[in-house]
Amino acid sequence: MRAAKFRNPSFFPGIKFMADTPKPTPRVRMPATAKAGEVIEVKTLISHEMESGQRKDAAGQLIARKIIKQFSVSFNGQEIMTADWGSAVSANPYQSFFVRVPESGTFAFTWLDDDGSVYKAEQKITVN
Amino acid sequence: MKSRLGHSTRREFLATLSVGATAVLVGLPAANATPESIATEIKKLYGDKKIVEGKIKLDLPTIAENGLVVPMGFEVESPMTATDYVKAVHFFAEGNPNPQIASFRFTPMSPKAAAAIRIRLAQTQNVVAVAEMSNGDIYTAKKEVKVTIGGCGG
Repeated sequence: MRAAKFRNPSFFPGIKFMADTPKPTPRVRMPATAKAGEVIEVKTLISHEMESGQRKDAAGQLIARKIIKQFSVSFNGQEIMTADWGSAVSANPYQSFFVRVPESGTFAFTWLDDDGSVYKAEQKITVN
Repeated sequence: MKSRLGHSTRREFLATLSVGATAVLVGLPAANATPESIATEIKKLYGDKKIVEGKIKLDLPTIAENGLVVPMGFEVESPMTATDYVKAVHFFAEGNPNPQIASFRFTPMSPKAAAAIRIRLAQTQNVVAVAEMSNGDIYTAKKEVKVTIGGCGG
């Protein structure tokens, strides 16, 4: 197949492919409205390679660990839950959990990377 | 056995594959976690405290085809009030290069001590959960997951 060699990144020396440096994108899925005191499920996902530090590259060298080590969620500044992730958490980490909605406000989600980067997302919710 | 066309048969091909897979397994560093090292990790957290089985409902597949992405959910039985709640839930892998999978810390603000994530499992092994209650009680649960394709190394 002739097209195959064009799909191989090494066919284009010097070109940095976008896949090399993806910027983690958080995504949060939860209802926009709730009743006071209602318990809702929140689903989160962030694009991240979660490099475990166990893999070797083509030259046999260990690829350095780079994972998101902590995920936390708060509501109107008050901590609800924190998850410490190890290298056994899959790439593009998914996390779902439950929160109670006491009043209208903002949920804040924070992902903390090994390299010190912090990724954030916010979601407003209205109590009706 | 060669087929008439001179290609190796499916059976031979599969045999070669499994030999290759064994070679890869042998080539991995032999520093995986073990049930003993998990016990040590738990001891580091809770010393000689009594650990009772129960209260934790684990939602893990019996067979995971892809060890890179194994869905894992859990719920710990608790009223989750200001005086009686689940403080922390830790997860360990008996057969991964690193014993720790993840730890969850809850507050009385959490309505349920429940969550779901996706994890990597290097091989068939037990996943061990340990939950710490606000009154100091400690509960444990474990489940074996058979892994068809390992989720580490490579």
